Amino acid sequence: MGALGKPIILMVTMYLFLKFVLPNIPGSAPLPSSLIFLYLLLTASGIIIYETLSGESKDAFWGPMQRFLTGEKIGGLQALRYGVLILFPLLVGWQTYGSTATSDLPPTEGRTIHPAPPGEYTGLSNPVPKTPDNIMQGKGFYAAFCSPCHGGNFDGKGPAARGFNPPPANFADPTTIAMLQESYLFWRIKKGGVGLPIEGAPWRSAMPRWEVELPDEWIWKIIMGEYDGAHQSPRTWE
Amino acid sequence: MQQGVGMIQRAFRAVGGHGGWLAALLLTAGWLALPSFGFAAEGAAAGPTEYRDIPYVGSRNLIWVVAQLHLLLAGFVLGVPIFAWLCEVIAWRGGEKRYDKLAKEFTKLLTSAYATTALFGGILLFILVIFYPKLMNYLTDVFFPSFLLYCLLFLFETATLYLYWYGWDAMQHGRMKTLHVFLGFLLNFFALFIMIVPNAWATFQASPVVISEGTAIERAWAATWNPTWWPINIHRFIANIVLGGYICGAYAGVRYLSVKSAEDREHYDWMGYVGNFIGVFGLLALPFAGYWLMREIYQYNQQMGITLMGGFLSWLFIIQAMLIGVLFLGSNYYFWLGITYRIPGSEGKYRRAMLMMLVSLLLCLAVWMTPHSLVASIEEAQKMGGAHHPLLGVLGVMSAKMTVSNLMILITFMSFVMYWRAGKQDTARWAKLGKAVMGAVLVLASLAVIVLGVWGYFVPAIVRINYFSTSQVLIVIFVILTITPLTALLLKSARTTTEMIWGSMPPRAGYALVLNAVMIILLMTLMGYARSSSRVHWHVYGVMRDSSPYAYSPALGSASLIMALCTFFFCILVAFIFWVATMGDKTKPAAASGKGELPHGIPAMAGGAPEERQQG
Repeated sequence: MGALGKPIILMVTMYLFLKFVLPNIPGSAPLPSSLIFLYLLLTASGIIIYETLSGESKDAFWGPMQRFLTGEKIGGLQALRYGVLILFPLLVGWQTYGSTATSDLPPTEGRTIHPAPPGEYTGLSNPVPKTPDNIMQGKGFYAAFCSPCHGGNFDGKGPAARGFNPPPANFADPTTIAMLQESYLFWRIKKGGVGLPIEGAPWRSAMPRWEVELPDEWIWKIIMGEYDGAHQSPRTWE
Repeated sequence: MQQGVGMIQRAFRAVGGHGGWLAALLLTAGWLALPSFGFAAEGAAAGPTEYRDIPYVGSRNLIWVVAQLHLLLAGFVLGVPIFAWLCEVIAWRGGEKRYDKLAKEFTKLLTSAYATTALFGGILLFILVIFYPKLMNYLTDVFFPSFLLYCLLFLFETATLYLYWYGWDAMQHGRMKTLHVFLGFLLNFFALFIMIVPNAWATFQASPVVISEGTAIERAWAATWNPTWWPINIHRFIANIVLGGYICGAYAGVRYLSVKSAEDREHYDWMGYVGNFIGVFGLLALPFAGYWLMREIYQYNQQMGITLMGGFLSWLFIIQAMLIGVLFLGSNYYFWLGITYRIPGSEGKYRRAMLMMLVSLLLCLAVWMTPHSLVASIEEAQKMGGAHHPLLGVLGVMSAKMTVSNLMILITFMSFVMYWRAGKQDTARWAKLGKAVMGAVLVLASLAVIVLGVWGYFVPAIVRINYFSTSQVLIVIFVILTITPLTALLLKSARTTTEMIWGSMPPRAGYALVLNAVMIILLMTLMGYARSSSRVHWHVYGVMRDSSPYAYSPALGSASLIMALCTFFFCILVAFIFWVATMGDKTKPAAASGKGELPHGIPAMAGGAPEERQQG
C-alpha cells in the first residue's frame, strides 16, 4: 500500500472522529450525514491536492492504485482486483437504488428557520419607549405567555419545551434573535407558526398566533423584555 | 387546396437533397414565430399587451439564459482591457517586450469576444421588448436619457477598441506608442461607463428610487443613483477582472496542453501564471465588495436581505462557499505546483509550509461551508434538538464566515509571497529582522481577525457589521500593504539560487486553470440568479409587480439546471470564439513560409490577429 496507507488511515480517523468523538463532546450532538459527507469530501480533496503537489508524491500516491486497477505486476492481488472491479459497480448500483427507491422514511427537510418577513412588517420600529418600566412589564408578559416553552432563562428550555419538535428558539444563543430586527420578532409573535411562508414549514411550528390573544403594544413590550432578558441586542442600522 | 398541395410537393422536389436544410429552416422559423401566437392571444384582450410567452421554453427561461450569457461575455469584455492595458503599460515603461506580446494576446481574445457580446446584448434587448413590453415600457420611460448615453458610449467603445487593436503594430514606437497607451486608457474609461450605466437599470429594479417631479434627466438621475448602484458597480468591476483573469488563464492552460514547441510552452505557461495571478488578486478583494453589497441590500430592505441570507436563497450561499473554496484551493494549488515544478529544488523547502496552508485553508472552508440550518432527516434533527447543531451551529453565521474568508485571503496572499520568494536567497543585512517583522505582522493579524470574529458573537449586530467586520478587512489590507513592499525590498538585493523554468508545469496545472475558470463562471451564474430572485415577485421592487405566469421563484434544483446550462453554453461559446480567433495563428507559419509577409492594414474579421512585425 505504501503512500496510500496514510491517506486511508486519515480518512478513517476523520470519519470516526466525526461519527463518534465529536458528538460526545459535552454540549454537542450527533452530526447529520450531510455534514459528515461534506467534511469527508474536504478531507479527500486535501489528500488529493497534497499528494499531487510533486511528481514523486503523485506517483507514490496514484501509482499503486493505477497498478492495482490495470493489474500490472500485482501478483496475488489479482483476485482482489477482480473483486473490486465487480463490487464497485454493484456498490454504485446499490447506492443509486437506495437513493431512488420508495421509502417509508420521511424526506430530508431543508427547513428555513428565519424566512423573509412579509413586506408590511419590514421597516417597523418598536413604538413603545424603551424605559425600565416597559422592559419590566415586557418580562412579566414573557413570563406569563412565553416562558413555558422558551424558558425562564430565555434559553428555549421551558417546562413544555420537551414536547416540541422542532424545539422552541433559544434567545440566549447569539445566532437567533441577535441577528434579527425587532420588526421580525413582532411578525413572528403576532402571526405564529401558521403565519410562516412555505420554506419555513408552517406545519412544523407549534408557535401560537398571538395576535388573537395579545394587543400589539404587549407584543412590542415582550420583544423588549426578551432582548433584555437574553442579554442580546436587536439588529439595527444606526 | 389540391393546387396548393401540388405546389408544396413541387417545391420539395425542387430542393431535392436540401430537404433536410429546408425542414430545419422551417422548424426554426416556426419556433421563432411561436411568440406571435401569444401576441395574437394577448391582442384579443382589452388594453396594451403586458407579457408574451414562448411555448416549451418559457419566456423567463429564455431571457434568463440570454441575459446570463450576455453578462458573462460582458464581464470578460470589460475585465480583460483592464489588465491588457496594464500589461502594455508595464512593457511600455519597463521595456519588457513579452508583456506587450501578452497584452496583445489578451486584446486579441477581447476583440473576438466583443462582437458576440454585442450580439447577445441585441438579442436580449429584442426578447425583453417582445416578452416583457410593459416592464420595458416603464424602464424606457424612466431611463431613456441613459439609453441614449449608452448608445453613444457603445459607439465610442467600439471605435476605440478597433483603433486599439488594429493599430497595435502600427503604433509601436515613440509618440505613436504613447497614443496607443492613451487609446488603451480611453478603452477602459468607456468600458467602465458601459458597465455602470446598465448597472443602474438592473439595480433600480432591486432598489428603486422613483420621483414624480422634475425633468426626464432629473428622474433618470435619481433612479440611477439608487442604494445598490455603487455596491454593484464595485462588485462587478472586481468580478469582471477575476472572470477575465481566470478565463485568460484557462485559455493559456488549454493552449499549454496543446502546443508542441518549447517556446510556446514557455509562453503559455507564463500566460497561465499571469491569468491566475490576476484572478487571485481580484478574488482577494471580491469578498469585501460582496459583503458591502449584501449589507446595503439588507439595510435597504429587511425582506430582501433575509430572503438572500436567511431565507430560501440562503442555501445558495453554501454552494457559493463551495465554489469560492474550490477557487481558492485551485489558485493556491497552481501556486504550489509552480513552486515545485518551475523552481526545482524548492519542493523540499516549502512542502511543510504548503501542508500547513492547505490544512488551514480546508479548516476555513469547512467553517465557511457549514450551514446554519443543516440538511437533516427528521431522525437526525431530533437527535440534534432541531435544525441547528448545538456545537457547530455557531459556525453558520456571518461572524464566522467573515473571519474565515479573511483568513483564506491571508493564506492565499502568503502562498503568493512564498512563490515570489522561492529560489532566492536574501543578502540584505536587515533580512532577518525584516522576516521577523513580517512573521509577527502575519501572526498578530491572524490572531486579531480570529479574536474579532469570536467577539462578534457578543456584541450587537450593528457593532459587528460596522466596526468588527470592517476592522477585519482593514487588518488584511494592512498585512498586504506591509508585507508586499517589505518582500519587494528584500528581493531587490536577493541572490537568485534557482532560475525559474517556464514551460515545465505538469498537465494538471493546465486543468487546474480550466477548473478555476469553470468555477468562476458557475459562481457568476449562481449569484446572477440570487440577485435576480431576491426581488421575488416584483419586476421593480415595491413599484411594479410581476403579474406574469412566471411570478414565482424557481426552485433551487431547477434553477441550478439553468445555471449549469448557462455555464456550459458560455464555455462552448468562449471555446468557439477562441478557436476562431487563433485559427489565423495556426496557418500563419505556413503562409509566411510560402508567400512571405502579407501587407498590413488588410481588413480582417474581429479577432483576426494583425501580423506581428516583431517576433520574439
